[in-house]
Amino acid sequence: MAYVAVTGGQEAIAASIALLREYRCHGDNPLDPVAMVNRMGLLIDKIMGEAGLYCPDHAALALLQSEGSVEEAVFLLRAYRSSLTRAYYSIPLDGAQMRLLRRISAAYKDVPGGQMLGATYDYTHRLLDFSLLSEHEDTKIDTASSEDEECNPFHALRVSDLLRAENIIVQSPTHAKSSETVPEDITQNPLRFPTPRSARLQVMARAESGFLGGLAYANLRGFGQAHPTVGELRTGWLEVNIDHPLLDGQTLHVGEIQVTEVESFFSLEEESQLEELRDDPLKRMERGQGDKADTSTNALQIGVGYGLTFGRSDQKAISMSIMDFSLEKKSEGILSDDEFVLLHGDCLEMSGFISHLKLPHYVTFQSKLDRVRSTRKDTEACHA
Amino acid sequence: MLEGYNFAFLDEGAKRQVRRALLKAVAIPGYQVPFGSRELPIGRGWGTGGIQITLSLIGKDDVFKVIDQGSDDSVNAVSIRSFVSSCTGVEQTTDTSQATLIQSRHRIPEAPLRNDQILVLQVPLPEPLRMVEPREAVTKRMHAELDYAPMWLGLYEHIVRVGEVKIGADYPVQVENHYIMLPSPIPRFDNPKLHMNETLYLFGAGREKKIYAIPPYTQVASLAFEDHPFRIEDQADRACHLCGAQGVFLDELFAEDGQKIYQCNDSSYCLKRMNENGE
Amino acid sequence: MENKPALSLSNLSVRYGRGCTFCEASDNELQGNRCPHCGSIWAVRNVSLQVYPGEILGVVGESGSGKSTLVQALYMDVEPVSGDYRLNCYQDGAANVFKVSLPQRKMVRHLMLGMVYQNPHMGLRMGFSVGANVAEKLIAAGSRNVQEMTRRTAELLAHMEVPLDRVKEPPKHFSGGMQQRVQIAKAVANNPPMLFLDEITTGLDLSVQARVLDLVRRIQQELGITMLIVSHDLAVIRMLASRTLVMLGGRVIESGLTDQILEDPQHPFTQILVHSLLS
Repeated sequence: MAYVAVTGGQEAIAASIALLREYRCHGDNPLDPVAMVNRMGLLIDKIMGEAGLYCPDHAALALLQSEGSVEEAVFLLRAYRSSLTRAYYSIPLDGAQMRLLRRISAAYKDVPGGQMLGATYDYTHRLLDFSLLSEHEDTKIDTASSEDEECNPFHALRVSDLLRAENIIVQSPTHAKSSETVPEDITQNPLRFPTPRSARLQVMARAESGFLGGLAYANLRGFGQAHPTVGELRTGWLEVNIDHPLLDGQTLHVGEIQVTEVESFFSLEEESQLEELRDDPLKRMERGQGDKADTSTNALQIGVGYGLTFGRSDQKAISMSIMDFSLEKKSEGILSDDEFVLLHGDCLEMSGFISHLKLPHYVTFQSKLDRVRSTRKDTEACHA
Repeated sequence: MLEGYNFAFLDEGAKRQVRRALLKAVAIPGYQVPFGSRELPIGRGWGTGGIQITLSLIGKDDVFKVIDQGSDDSVNAVSIRSFVSSCTGVEQTTDTSQATLIQSRHRIPEAPLRNDQILVLQVPLPEPLRMVEPREAVTKRMHAELDYAPMWLGLYEHIVRVGEVKIGADYPVQVENHYIMLPSPIPRFDNPKLHMNETLYLFGAGREKKIYAIPPYTQVASLAFEDHPFRIEDQADRACHLCGAQGVFLDELFAEDGQKIYQCNDSSYCLKRMNENGE
Repeated sequence: MENKPALSLSNLSVRYGRGCTFCEASDNELQGNRCPHCGSIWAVRNVSLQVYPGEILGVVGESGSGKSTLVQALYMDVEPVSGDYRLNCYQDGAANVFKVSLPQRKMVRHLMLGMVYQNPHMGLRMGFSVGANVAEKLIAAGSRNVQEMTRRTAELLAHMEVPLDRVKEPPKHFSGGMQQRVQIAKAVANNPPMLFLDEITTGLDLSVQARVLDLVRRIQQELGITMLIVSHDLAVIRMLASRTLVMLGGRVIESGLTDQILEDPQHPFTQILVHSLLS
């Protein structure tokens, strides 16, 4: 009789999966993915944002499959997307073309086109509403208002365009560059440091919302130098088009996505760019010795931080705009350090690496023990 | 087989990208090639770098083996094996000598590897210079300039302070007298197996998005000072309580009575020996 | 042959900012060291100097005169816009050190130059032990022998009167004067032919200053190292340097024997400087 391996892993995993299924299917009220798309919209938005995949139905399925765990749902969507071929890149979307559902500016009392509050919890009183317990399952709100929106689409120029016309907003060098060249694609290529702005924005758009919020908050509280005014926050629908694969010069409409876009305004001194160069000979060389400066005036300008997220997510979009500016400005401190900010906020990467600590590490631990024992042996020999 | 997914899960474009990175890695031994690491259904940090290499290389005729910490039956090995199996359908084995493609976490198998086999190692943190420099932009420059004095200084400091290099597993090596590289958290016992071996070693770090390689017959030296030679784990006078093997990496276990006992870490090797001895 | 300079520098310029056609023309007058057109700062503008074997050359000037930038450019901490830099010890002065490859520049820096900074944080790794700090230079020079390095480190530290029982402590536990001694030990570890000293006594107590300066004089006599010493303090320069350059606004405005400059200063700024020393 031959020896056989002592197994256990296989059975343990199978039992664990069976148990998960049991937890997921508790009780007599199964969840309907369609209802989740309709009634858990903000959660769906968060998951699509962090997954970097715009598909409410799949997001709902992922949530269902993961007992509502956000990081698991994001994980499922990201993994699913890896198996798909990237067939096309869309034509760049322009936030100014948005069919608006919400548009506010904290910088102006009134703006051309008007402000529109739209749907927000900002002005609700956060009182737990026990009457919802008796709300009938199929309570349906008349959707006349949204139909009205479809009949009379609301478009408006960006607030920042008003300031651009006045030359008060000056695009930063990377900003200008990103409109000239093809943006980086972080889903296909690894990040390289220092990062171009397009890569930074992509990473932050997919970043874990809480992480980004915490960094932005720290920035405001004094660990950074960012003091923003929300120039404009707009939520609405954007059309996605691609170059027609067959007909030259024609475009093909592939759908619509809902997004929230934020432009935050910061006052910016031209002089500070000189500071940055003074501190770092490397950056100076990068800029090229031959660059000729304009006649420098130390007047103030408005700098813009940009945030864009899937769906309705004011907080993440604002946080992103603050961090965009903070990274663009490259001032002192960890909140302007692109390696720190961009490498530690990805939902998948952080949860993957933290959870891997649960894997067995007995080989490495034994190596560690060997070193500890050998140094102890030496010291004990010394003391003896 | 998984319904609705490509053979070996990844789309063909992604596989080609990984293979291009592998070719570059083989051409420049020990150099960390950045690659567009994809998300997988397995956790980032759970071997996704190794799995992407495996998925990009595996063909229908391959025979695949996975070990984790020396064991074919560890939960993570089981999980990776069943994933690769479900999206490729290739033959699996636990027998090292039968496998054409072996993916491993934290160990190099005891049985000598051959030229017609590939060992894929999973890497959690690929950057050896991270212990002295936190920033990627700087470490990349340091590699380019072979600016390794800070690394040696770190090791020297260990010796000055505690009389010993403190690194347990994942002990850094220098490849062909050029790049310093981490061998992934294999025990120091396995480091010598990297040197002038006839097998192709591939290293994948999924979360950190790096691939590197040690091609067959490459010189690989563990970092050491002249008067502080590199030393593997001290396992003299120990033997496997099951198969009696010596000179292999042994796990330290506690018997029911609290006594320490030792057992082959490489479970498939141990099993094979027991079967041979039994016959 | 004796008069061949150990270090010869011509037309060194270091600029912070982008520069423009106006300030790049060397004969156009700037506002101090600032270009009135583009706002760029010319920390050093067209400076030439020679240092002869075994001598101590002093560079004196107010803060912002460019003297620290000058010495940092010579130690290759900052990148110059232009300049021709020859060291007799490197290819007999045949190559412009600014133009050779980066690894070559590093080699020159590690083996042929030593630097003591005003701020010990620039010259020392505050988290590493004092011993490792000194050994860093030896490692950079290729030493891989722990015993040999520990012996040499102890010898150097003893020479600089740093107590040997503190060799495992990090320099952040040390006083300012003691940190400068460690920096000096590190700077001369490889017996470099050339040593740069940048405001090394600024901020120290008078009694500590005197002892550090004594030490500098002693090692100059014992080792015969050629030195370039930068200070805002003419008293320090008078004590150590046989020849002196006076800098203002990034340019050298006066040079000659130290005694001569002290007795008969020509430039109005030098006159103020000398006057303040005497009063």
